[in-house]
Amino acid sequence: MLSVKNLNTEYTDTQGRIVKAAQNISFDVPEGKLFTLLGPSGCGKTTTMRSIAGLERPTSGEIDVNGTAVYSSGKKIFVSPNKRNFGMVFQSYAIWPHMNVFQNAAFPLEVGKRKFSKREIEDKVTRVLTVVGLENFAEREATMLSGGQQQRLALARALVMEPKLLLLDEPLSNLDAKLRERMRSELKRLQRELGLTTIYVTHDQSEALALSHEIAVMREGKIVQIGSPRDVYERPENKFVADFVGLTNFVDAVVQGPGAAENLYHVSSDLGALCVYSIDTLRKGDAVLISVRPEDIELSEMRPTGINVVEGKIDFKVFLGEFIDFQVRVGDRQLLARVHPSLKTEIGGAIYLRMNPEKCISIKSDN
Amino acid sequence: MNTNEHAAILPPAAWRLDVLKKFDLKWVIIGICLAFVAYLAVMPLGFLIWQSFYTPETAANSAKLTLGNYLVAYGSPQTIRLLGNSLLFASGTAVFAFAIGAALAWMNERTNTPFKSLFFALTIIPLIIPGIMFTISWILLGSPKIGIINLLLQNWFGSDYIFVNVYSMWGMIWVDGLHYSPMAFLIMTAALRSMDPSLEESALMSGASIPQIAWRITFRLTWPAIFAALLILFVRAIESFEVPALLGLPVGTEVFTSAIYQAIHQYPSQIGLASSYATALLLIASVGIYFQSRLSNRGSKYSTVTGKGFRPRTMDLGRWRYLTAAIFIVYFAFIVVLPFLVLLWSSLQKFYSVPSMAAAKNMSLDAYRFILSHPTIADAVWNSVLLAFASATIVMLVTSVICWIVVKTKLPGRWLLDNITSLPLVFPGLVLGLAVMVFYLNFNVGVYGTLWIMLIAYVTRFMPYGLRYNTTSMIQIHKELEESAQMSGASWTTTFWRIILPLLKPGLMAGWIYVVIVSIRELSASILLYSPGTEVIATVIWELWENGQFVELSALGVMFIIGLLCLVLLAQFVGKKFGVKEA
Repeated sequence: MLSVKNLNTEYTDTQGRIVKAAQNISFDVPEGKLFTLLGPSGCGKTTTMRSIAGLERPTSGEIDVNGTAVYSSGKKIFVSPNKRNFGMVFQSYAIWPHMNVFQNAAFPLEVGKRKFSKREIEDKVTRVLTVVGLENFAEREATMLSGGQQQRLALARALVMEPKLLLLDEPLSNLDAKLRERMRSELKRLQRELGLTTIYVTHDQSEALALSHEIAVMREGKIVQIGSPRDVYERPENKFVADFVGLTNFVDAVVQGPGAAENLYHVSSDLGALCVYSIDTLRKGDAVLISVRPEDIELSEMRPTGINVVEGKIDFKVFLGEFIDFQVRVGDRQLLARVHPSLKTEIGGAIYLRMNPEKCISIKSDN
Repeated sequence: MNTNEHAAILPPAAWRLDVLKKFDLKWVIIGICLAFVAYLAVMPLGFLIWQSFYTPETAANSAKLTLGNYLVAYGSPQTIRLLGNSLLFASGTAVFAFAIGAALAWMNERTNTPFKSLFFALTIIPLIIPGIMFTISWILLGSPKIGIINLLLQNWFGSDYIFVNVYSMWGMIWVDGLHYSPMAFLIMTAALRSMDPSLEESALMSGASIPQIAWRITFRLTWPAIFAALLILFVRAIESFEVPALLGLPVGTEVFTSAIYQAIHQYPSQIGLASSYATALLLIASVGIYFQSRLSNRGSKYSTVTGKGFRPRTMDLGRWRYLTAAIFIVYFAFIVVLPFLVLLWSSLQKFYSVPSMAAAKNMSLDAYRFILSHPTIADAVWNSVLLAFASATIVMLVTSVICWIVVKTKLPGRWLLDNITSLPLVFPGLVLGLAVMVFYLNFNVGVYGTLWIMLIAYVTRFMPYGLRYNTTSMIQIHKELEESAQMSGASWTTTFWRIILPLLKPGLMAGWIYVVIVSIRELSASILLYSPGTEVIATVIWELWENGQFVELSALGVMFIIGLLCLVLLAQFVGKKFGVKEA
């Protein structure tokens, strides 16, 4: 539905330097799907979204919606943002403080290309306010709304114009933790029910994992991996993705030979001999980096059966309520393991670690 | 409350000891500063109003209580004309200055006009070209007889038609409006900048066109700022003295400020009449300032959660951007280039003459020699510098204590202190001069006719600016920095001297230089207070003008402007180095 091809956007910063904010960005978003641009601040995710919106003018590339170009450097097309009919929710919500809730939501209908009667506007606005749960606040001054309500109103304003595409720019980052979680599931429910094609920009990996059909992880203006939330989390293609999306342990290793099943390999590492997973074909002698998530390290006081078992000593532990984090020393390496709080081994006590080979992901070390 | 309860429990002797222990240099310093600002801000003004109800004291008759001054002042049709003139002049100036300033601010902040980074240099113009020099240079440009613009156009068209005439109401509005337009530019730029750009972007995403956004979003949201700007420009215009005195008086177009000056400078001085005019002027200025400050406070109602502050989108004007650049260049010529060049030209002549090849051959530096060798002028420069340094130092130190009380304590009535210190904002310079003059004429403590009386007027007049500079930096000093000094065992005085003042340094220095600059340029209060021996630069220029010594005046003006430019550049350098923003 939305197709972005070889998009490049640059701008000049306050010191007059040219910043290549988005480089060779390409992706496709099928109808009705939620696509997330995820990355640390300054990675170009917002610039990419603003280029799609038309708020930034790209230097080259192509952006198509339903097969029609809204931007194309080749064909010299640039549809101005007010003609694109994309709904957008800004990070600051950008609720106009001189209008009340109803007026804010009615604005796109009043200024758009299609003309509506007063009656139609009233119907549409009431409907969309009901959808976001603000039907009882229509007459309230915009400045009297709480953060969560402003966020809903910004969403209502973006939805009321029945946009072809919904753009959400860190919509939850200004909310407090509890509210953020609630709005996150509400946003997901709404998007799935309405079936609106959506681009979502965030730096919060848990938001991205929870909401998306597909995630593009960005770094320094480039996309480094595109995949489903599960892919990105469980099969990171490089060190950056593994590190940025969730917590992980990295272990250097050298390939010894193929393992018992397809995609499994024997390696030797600081932790000793391990059996690990790799999508790519590895050869004996290749240097690789192994990523193991803390929750994928099983701890037990008795030596467990099976492979990938190492012995260690508890260095440090942090009780976090729903789980407990152990820093385990194996040789001169320290590993983080996240386990159920029922494990009560004391600091200094001996412990056995077991790692499922499927969860020990090999990453090419060059990155 | 706490101390009372505490005292009730303690035996009498211990209680006395407690009081003694509580005696602290802190309260002495605070008390002196309090008394100081209250005295400066309230006394002369109260006396002026009181005085406006008395007949003038002469050898034969002592002063009597009367409403006569008001009857004379407000009973005549002349006063209606005076009021009408004042209001027309002030509102005309405000609207004209605002229209220019707002258009430039919009061009600068929201469009892709070329060279727009140069725009910002404009904001320092009113600081480096004092009102009196600006007015005089526009007389040389636009007077019907000797104005260069007229002569050029007459030559061009071969007629003797008078194309422009600054000696008129419209001329006054033109010159004063141009002079205040950078202020409007600054206010509107700040308003446009403080607006979250996503408010406009979200309208764009909603499908609104550029005119729809400008009208329904930008204009509505900046409306409080627009109204506040118009009000402050109106107040500044109704208080301005140079333009009405130099351009209005010769043709009999009087406004309140020039009428006050006239009433004092006739024989015998009509101080009562001047006071009653001053009361009216004060009333109008107070109402204006009151609503302006209320509006500025209400502005915070519109502050919303701000995003990451993306660069605001600038509009592509296409070919029109050359037009906007041209407007900018013309404006720059009107406000800087032409006034300065005409002064420079006239300063290089022996006798004033309009530019021509013949006159160009007669260039000389005589005027500069005259200025540099004239003993009175050297004294005046010394007086100006002395007054500027002294008033800046006193203002900044006293207001730093006031500001600490207002910002850092929970003392009841501190809002009153804030208001009293800011009160001189509503005094037009001329009214302040008048009030100070009348007060010290009646309470002879030996300051009248000395530099001290001018110092008093300057300190009073510039207290509010000092307070504002100090407040900006004081708010940034976290309470805990002081508290940790206290926990380390420092007394209040030590804390103030070793912690607060050093941390306040950027604001103190920037404010100090600003007060120096505005003091050196000060004319409207000095004009009523100076006497032989206590002239300052601005009053010397005034006298030279009255004597018709145009070339000498221009030479002094050129040097004055260059000197002020150096000071302003120094101020900006200090500001940048220590990270203060203009308050």
